[in-house]
Amino acid sequence: MRIRKDNIIAFLMLLPSLILLGIFVYGFIGQTVYVSLTDWGQNAAQALAINPELAFVGLANYRDLFTGALETRFRQDLVNTFFFTIFFLAGCLGLGLGLAILLDQNVRGEAVFRTIFLFPFALAFIVTGTIWRWMLQPQGGLNVLPTSIGLPQLDLLWLASREQIWQFNWQNLPIYIGATATLVMLLLTYRAWRQRRQRALWVRGGLAVLFAALSLFVLPQVSILPFPETHGFNVAFIGIILAAVWQLSGYTMALYLAGLRGIPEALREAARVDGASEPQVYWHVVLPMLGPITLSAMIILGHISLKIFDLVFAMAGADNATTDVPALLMYLRSFRANQFAEGAAIAVVLLILVAMVIVPYLWQSLRGETKR
Amino acid sequence: MSDLSAPTQTSEIEQTNPPQGSSQRGRWRWVVYVLLGFAVLFYLLPVYLVVITSLKAPADIQLATTWQLPETWHWQSYAVAWETFAPKLLNSLILAITATAGAALLGSLNGYVLAKWRFPGANIVFPLILFGMFIPYQSVLIPLFQFLRSIGLYGSLAGLILTHIVYGLPITTLIFRNFYAEIPDEMLEAAKMDGAGFFAIYAQIIFPLSVSGFVVVLIWQFTQVWNEFLFAVTLTRQSSQPITVALANLAGGQAVDWNLPMAGSILAALPTLLIYIVLGRYFIRGLLAGSVKG
Repeated sequence: MRIRKDNIIAFLMLLPSLILLGIFVYGFIGQTVYVSLTDWGQNAAQALAINPELAFVGLANYRDLFTGALETRFRQDLVNTFFFTIFFLAGCLGLGLGLAILLDQNVRGEAVFRTIFLFPFALAFIVTGTIWRWMLQPQGGLNVLPTSIGLPQLDLLWLASREQIWQFNWQNLPIYIGATATLVMLLLTYRAWRQRRQRALWVRGGLAVLFAALSLFVLPQVSILPFPETHGFNVAFIGIILAAVWQLSGYTMALYLAGLRGIPEALREAARVDGASEPQVYWHVVLPMLGPITLSAMIILGHISLKIFDLVFAMAGADNATTDVPALLMYLRSFRANQFAEGAAIAVVLLILVAMVIVPYLWQSLRGETKR
Repeated sequence: MSDLSAPTQTSEIEQTNPPQGSSQRGRWRWVVYVLLGFAVLFYLLPVYLVVITSLKAPADIQLATTWQLPETWHWQSYAVAWETFAPKLLNSLILAITATAGAALLGSLNGYVLAKWRFPGANIVFPLILFGMFIPYQSVLIPLFQFLRSIGLYGSLAGLILTHIVYGLPITTLIFRNFYAEIPDEMLEAAKMDGAGFFAIYAQIIFPLSVSGFVVVLIWQFTQVWNEFLFAVTLTRQSSQPITVALANLAGGQAVDWNLPMAGSILAALPTLLIYIVLGRYFIRGLLAGSVKG
């Protein structure tokens, strides 16, 4: 009987935290969703009331964000986040893995190197942003660094650049998404073929054909925007990506290094005995075992990049439209312009994007755990 | 396999493999060191630039001579930055210490319950708690803003402390839960046989074994709260501003003298940097425990 009573006490001890998180996380998310369906902010007199009178407007705020003529900025922000995420991930994973492999070569003073590569992780994004803003002054900083060893000065504009490359028409977005889905399915089909998995081969192949047909015949008819609108990769983001990689590549290095240290030396030794050269040991034995770590790192870094806010704020300022991201636009709309309903709608879009990355991750990692 | 279930009691990053027969690859070793040298340059050049800029007189800061050492060492920037930032640093210190202590104590209790006690629904509750540390805080910001205004805590340090305690709970709970999961159940069973209840087990077994768990959680959470910006910029007023907001305001203005933001950056970075350098091992454990920045 004693145990039963203690189980109840245990639950009661957890309860305050559950209630707090229930309200502050789930209750508040619910409220944000509700606010995003109202007109809060349209009436200036109501904007800052503690209990504003709100009218329900359905999905109007979302429709404005994705198809409204005034909200091109939000759509460009999504494109910015997309490119930022890709290059930031590639930079952190590549550099992190490279450094981890270098440090895995029985390097003298390894602890010192490790400390140097990881220290930016301890800094605030605001500090990193302030430092790199100075590093990337067009007439100074990195641009004049080559002159100290006698090379000519660079003339990159960095954050001040207004150039946009890889432009595309937002109206074609459904086709691009369809084409990407087709491509992914084709790759999966190829894998099923190589692994000789008959059923998967048919299912995936069928889906690939279906997606291809959709992209060719159906999606071109879908009109998501009544007017053509160009978006693309804003070159000014290169500097922000550089600073973000500087700050967080040490994190992936630490993850990979922990992974490398977890691989039994006996495995590598066996490969060497079989005559594998050192690069072959890495390519055939070590790298395949780092797959799960790469996935974790991609998810953690990916969700950081979706939420990126402080770094951009400190580097380029809050009002620089060229380097805007959704997290920043939400802040500006809500707390500078008092357009709370619109800000809430942006926040909900952000939450959905993050949840799409995080929920499968939580599901996957906790499912394996509860089984033991 | 994944971060979330990484054990926190063992530091996994230390070299465990015995040095292998690597000397036969000696011919290529210099390549490794050259590459590492370039990497060191990449990570440390910004530090060099910050330090020398902070020590130049405003008139000496010219874009063309950015990388040269100052002609005269100008220490006043630190005096001025200290004068400007001392109240903000104090705000950050109070905020980070109280919010960290609160979240750590509650997280320790939660972790103990989730690791060692069974109750219906525990498997659903845990992921629901964890999700709270991944959400973009923008998605709770407007209701939080209204809530703090309605209870009169908007703009105060107390409101920000409350916020950080609540949103710190998922990560502290996670780290403690994984930490306590490694304490053998047999120890608890033995104590239960002797008649020890929930609190007695916590006080006599769990808490005394938690020291390094607390160190990991405290330095991790302190760093997170100290560095945080979004809550700080939306929920405080001038008098309760932490250092990150003050620094962003100073550096964000037009036509800045760069010596001051650079000195300010160093002041803002010193506490977390010192923690990282002195307690790096614990810091890395927090990082490997599935911790997330941002």
